[in-house]
Amino acid sequence: MLWCPDWPVAAAGAEAGLPRDAPLALISQGTVFAASASARADGVRRGLTLREAQYRCGSLVVLPYDPLLDERAFEPVLARLEEVAPGVATIRPGTCAVRARGPARFYGGEEPAGQSIRDAVLDLGVADARVGIADGPFAAEQAARSAQRATVRAVPPGHSPGFLAGMPVALVVDARLALLLRRLGVHTLGDLAALPAAQVAQRFGPAGMAAQAQARGDDPAPVQARVPPPQRDLLLRFEPPLDRIDQVAFAARAPADGFVDGLAGARLVCTTLRVEVGLDSGRMVGRSWRHPRWFDAADVVDRVRWQLQGSGAGDPGLDSAVCWLRTLPEEVDAAGNHEPGLWGSGPDERIHHALSRVQSMLGHEGVVTAVVGGGRLLAERQVFVPWGDAPAGRHAGPAGSAAAPWPGSLAGPLPATVFRERRPVCLLTQDGSQVLVDERGLLPADPVQFSPAGHQDDLRPVVAWAGPWPVHEGWWRPGGGRQVDRVQIVDADGAAWLLQLDDRRWWAEGRYD
Amino acid sequence: MQATRLGGHLPTLPALAGLFPGGGLRRGCVYTVPNSTLLLMALLAAPSREGAWCGVVSLPDFGIEAAAGLGIALDRTIQVPLPGERWLAVTAALVDVLPVVAVRPPLQARSADAARLAARLRQRGGVLLVAGPWAQCEAELTLEARDWEGLGPGHGALSGVCVTVVAAAGHGGGTTRKASVVFGGGEPHPSNDAAGFLRERAG
Repeated sequence: MLWCPDWPVAAAGAEAGLPRDAPLALISQGTVFAASASARADGVRRGLTLREAQYRCGSLVVLPYDPLLDERAFEPVLARLEEVAPGVATIRPGTCAVRARGPARFYGGEEPAGQSIRDAVLDLGVADARVGIADGPFAAEQAARSAQRATVRAVPPGHSPGFLAGMPVALVVDARLALLLRRLGVHTLGDLAALPAAQVAQRFGPAGMAAQAQARGDDPAPVQARVPPPQRDLLLRFEPPLDRIDQVAFAARAPADGFVDGLAGARLVCTTLRVEVGLDSGRMVGRSWRHPRWFDAADVVDRVRWQLQGSGAGDPGLDSAVCWLRTLPEEVDAAGNHEPGLWGSGPDERIHHALSRVQSMLGHEGVVTAVVGGGRLLAERQVFVPWGDAPAGRHAGPAGSAAAPWPGSLAGPLPATVFRERRPVCLLTQDGSQVLVDERGLLPADPVQFSPAGHQDDLRPVVAWAGPWPVHEGWWRPGGGRQVDRVQIVDADGAAWLLQLDDRRWWAEGRYD
Repeated sequence: MQATRLGGHLPTLPALAGLFPGGGLRRGCVYTVPNSTLLLMALLAAPSREGAWCGVVSLPDFGIEAAAGLGIALDRTIQVPLPGERWLAVTAALVDVLPVVAVRPPLQARSADAARLAARLRQRGGVLLVAGPWAQCEAELTLEARDWEGLGPGHGALSGVCVTVVAAAGHGGGTTRKASVVFGGGEPHPSNDAAGFLRERAG
């Protein structure tokens, strides 16, 4: 039995890039699920509320608990263990079991076998790994938990009941039964094991029988070795690191064929792909890509290239050379669901091919379909979804769906032109000063002249106007939210505009043309 | 050359049908709509309602809610908002597969490129709507007069607009057709004043 203490904390800390001794707590449903050693030293315990934990340890780093991350982080450990000793069974992430007989014979004894397993895991950079060897999985786990840091503790064959005898009975039964047993005077596993089996079965039922079997050191559940899953991912290492995107894309081309063919051999197609790029600087850039149909080899290469190029705003792209590249099929589907029909799949397939071609010219974000999102201002109601991505759902936009009531949003016909970046304009009164909104939310002087370019020299008269209509939202936020006043005007050229006054300046939000 | 054109027309909103000799946008042709996004949307709306896919190229300020209000299906409307200088290649790729493509050329197309695109369009039977100048077009559709309803001096709110659309044949001469249409307040419909469906001979 191999036990890595504090596995959830170690996995989450490594993913978030925290130092090993940082005080860290994982939160599940509002309470502490696991805490690192330094946090425990400050009194953070499992089951505390988040607020109480933060009160006890001021510098606590709080992350949500993610069981999938645990398993994903444990996967390399399992793969390494399978190289050392076959037939590994995962009890839970951080704990796994191997039948001792084979490795003991191979390594010449139980202790050397345990040491080689521990060394293999420690080589992976895991902070602590302890190995326990005993007659059954339960006894072995207790042996591992009682072992010193990074050591092996072996209980000789047949001595497991004696080893377990002094341990509290709460280890094998739930809290209610433990309380009952303690009141009956059964405090240790040795006491429990000594009871007659028939009477335990009669009094405590199957749960009691299972507990007594564990206390006696013979586990009812044997170790079920896992079948190593077939490897479908693609890993390319570049030595020396490549610093040009086209080199990486070219290097990925032929392996991508193999990647797709390997899936096709298992009658699978990949519908969501994860591309991970390892950089020379030690940073890892990962992203999942969806596909409206399924990925063929050219699509895989495209996604790799787009990821390396970075996707526009907020994404810095790459800052150093690429050391390795990995593509994982994140979602697969049976190929039978994606067979083209006998006469082709209709026009949609042609459209998809053409759009993919445009995307390979302009990048993934270049081709979009629009979804109406939520919001009061027109520009923030427009949500653009790149072709091939699933829409961000009905919760797209800043705060909920388009269908929710948005008091203060614009009624009537909507402008055909909505400026993505609102444009500065001029709206002047008769005496040439800027129109402003007073404290009562009214215009003290009528707007008379308007310039769509924001210059004083192309002013035109305002024929009709109405407003101002205030939009005041997010006033509860720390920054004060946003307060704008909207006005509709028609100018002498016959064009109608939707303007907004924000921070004493006029902007064009949209044009009715 | 003209004989290689495919026959047939795309559907058009009934209020605009009088602008076109065949009652709709003729397949394989270029139409220019230089001064109105609303008119562009109205021309896209009928094919989109019938299930056609539409393309919108180089129109980053295309108001999607107004489009949806006219009946354009947004999930079948492909937008390429900022194609940059590759707008012609993008338009050509979309024209291959989409029946209607609207484009605002960021710069003037060379006439050889325009002719090549027109040939492709004729072959595929698509319709290209250009929001700007174009060398060889079937017709130019302009908004001539706009009459806004519902907005007064300091009161009211925009409720609709009555526009006069003029369709001038692109190759000079020929018939100039006019239609008055009211947008807003439901389906676009012909205005009921006497000027509606006026046809006149141009010199």
